[in-house]
Amino acid sequence: MDAESKSAASRYGWIVLAALAAAAPWIVSPYELSLLGRFLAMAILAIGLVLLWGEAGILSLGQGVFFGLGGYAIAMHLKLAALSPGDLPDFMTWSGRDTLPWWWVPFENPVFAILAVFAVPGVIAALFSWLVFRRRVVGVYFALITQALALCFATLLISQQPSTGGFNGLTDFQTLFGADLASPGAILTLYWVTVAAAALSYLGVRWLMGSRFGTLLRATRDGENRVRFLGHDTAPYKVVAFTAAAVLAGVGGALFTMHAGVISPALVGVVPSIEMVIWVAVGGRNSLWGAVAGTLLVNFAKDEISSALPDLWLYALGLVFIVVVTLMPRGVAGVVEDALRRIRPKAGAKGMIEPTAAKAGSAP
Amino acid sequence: MTELPLVLGQVFNGFSVASLFVLAALGLALSFGLMRVINMAHGEMLMLGGYLAYLTFLVVPGPLAIFVAMPVAFVGAALVGALLETTVIHRLAERPLDTLLATWGVSLIMQQAARNIFGAIGVGVTAPTWLNETVSLGGVTFPATRLFILLVAVLVLLALSLVIARTRIGLLVRAVNQDREMAAATGIDVRRVDLTVFCLGTGIAGLAGVVLALLGPVTPNVGQSYIVPAFLVVILGGLGSLVGTTIAAVLTGLVSALSQIFVDVSFSQVLVLLFVIVFLQFRPQGVVAVRSRALEG
Repeated sequence: MDAESKSAASRYGWIVLAALAAAAPWIVSPYELSLLGRFLAMAILAIGLVLLWGEAGILSLGQGVFFGLGGYAIAMHLKLAALSPGDLPDFMTWSGRDTLPWWWVPFENPVFAILAVFAVPGVIAALFSWLVFRRRVVGVYFALITQALALCFATLLISQQPSTGGFNGLTDFQTLFGADLASPGAILTLYWVTVAAAALSYLGVRWLMGSRFGTLLRATRDGENRVRFLGHDTAPYKVVAFTAAAVLAGVGGALFTMHAGVISPALVGVVPSIEMVIWVAVGGRNSLWGAVAGTLLVNFAKDEISSALPDLWLYALGLVFIVVVTLMPRGVAGVVEDALRRIRPKAGAKGMIEPTAAKAGSAP
Repeated sequence: MTELPLVLGQVFNGFSVASLFVLAALGLALSFGLMRVINMAHGEMLMLGGYLAYLTFLVVPGPLAIFVAMPVAFVGAALVGALLETTVIHRLAERPLDTLLATWGVSLIMQQAARNIFGAIGVGVTAPTWLNETVSLGGVTFPATRLFILLVAVLVLLALSLVIARTRIGLLVRAVNQDREMAAATGIDVRRVDLTVFCLGTGIAGLAGVVLALLGPVTPNVGQSYIVPAFLVVILGGLGSLVGTTIAAVLTGLVSALSQIFVDVSFSQVLVLLFVIVFLQFRPQGVVAVRSRALEG
């Protein structure tokens, strides 16, 4: 995004969002607040997608994988924390397992689980993207490979029922670090933690976008070979962008799991992964506040429509995909920014028009 | 060597799966080579072919209904393809990643429409009795349905290579494939070539849908189960090459079928993906690399 389009909306949009998020507990009902918390957790993933898709031009159709890795990491801890020593999670007993799988054991430690929320998506994303970007697999190819990744992840989760909870996933959590998860206090605390995490991600990614790193990402998006000719190896930048987006997705997934009380293959597979992209497309892929707003917008709409008219939701979603992508590629943020510019033309915008006018005037 | 029949059987299964992959991937590969776009609704063309087969079997009973269903499905899917190309894909020609998303929207709508029209459970096609036979060879039994699918795939491949190599439209396709601007400059109607190839591709997918209907019930998301492997086949095959796509489909089919001797279906899916990623480490351009001096492939 050039300096020209950094309008009032992109400069002050985050203040509006922050004020709304801070005021929400006093305005909306507890049910709506829990939805808002859930959607803000998803917005953290969307913020990562702005860096990856908007800035670096890398379309990932597999963000659900990293969302799920973060979610499952915290869910495994929550599952174990509620047990008395020596017991097994309920679904393991049902499917006839009598020992805890070895990779479940360390998740009894809350510190390990929280570290895993960051580390597991980060390490897997770094490894995967390094293998693929190293060989200059880009664009459509990359998008399709990430989609295959999402498919594999979801099928593995479903097929390994005794150790992953299978199709139902992990659910039915009772305590959260000693506190009763259902108490109003815990819900409010969780909400504030989510708001703080979203704000930190927002500011962090904004800082990244403004840094030299961000400039190089945009340059790679617009002309990867030119960047190479200037002497930069583009692969490491892309790996960092992909990994950062994956870590944000993991954090979002972990917070989502605590809000929703469930994580399952149906939330992380091929279809949800591509739905995550549409949150950002609706909001505006180049705009951080747009991506957050788009996530809230799409998900509140989904909640309303799919509970009233379940059949209609998929038609609506399909139409949104087509209309947003073909007619408004810069999303809601683009529409708002254009409108603001029309209301209050800036000096910069005038500067763009004048030379043309001068030229037209001087022509015979 | 008690395992030999098992391995042979899986090799045959591999080819049989590969023939489905080829039919599903050919259309994708053709239009990807030409326009650099991937149609995410391609799987729903398989689905459409399946439902058209079901409808044809209702109208035309008898053992030869399948030979009526095939052209019906081909034409039906090609027409829907033409609609899709002119309304959505053509508009997004310069933005391949956005084409993915827009066509995914089309795919969602088509799936939901099928769910509302035909129900979520799926409809069955009774295969004609002459397809219920089995052929036994060297201790391995081959179901006739699978042999028939293999035959269809081979015939489609032969016909398509003849069209590309010998006909005037094939000549135009090759020209646009090599250099779009230059082809346009010599007066070739590039737009029409794009449209023709896209329709041909979706038509083949419709044909594949008829074949799928012989194997199992046609459900609203029947296409989804074949489309992700088909995407991987296109990636493996290299830019829009017929030979590459065929080899890639056989490789993918064999990896999938042979790995299922040792692991379950879900792990074999992971192995196929790993195979593709490892393969790209050695040949990032795919099986058949198009050599070109152009900087941006």
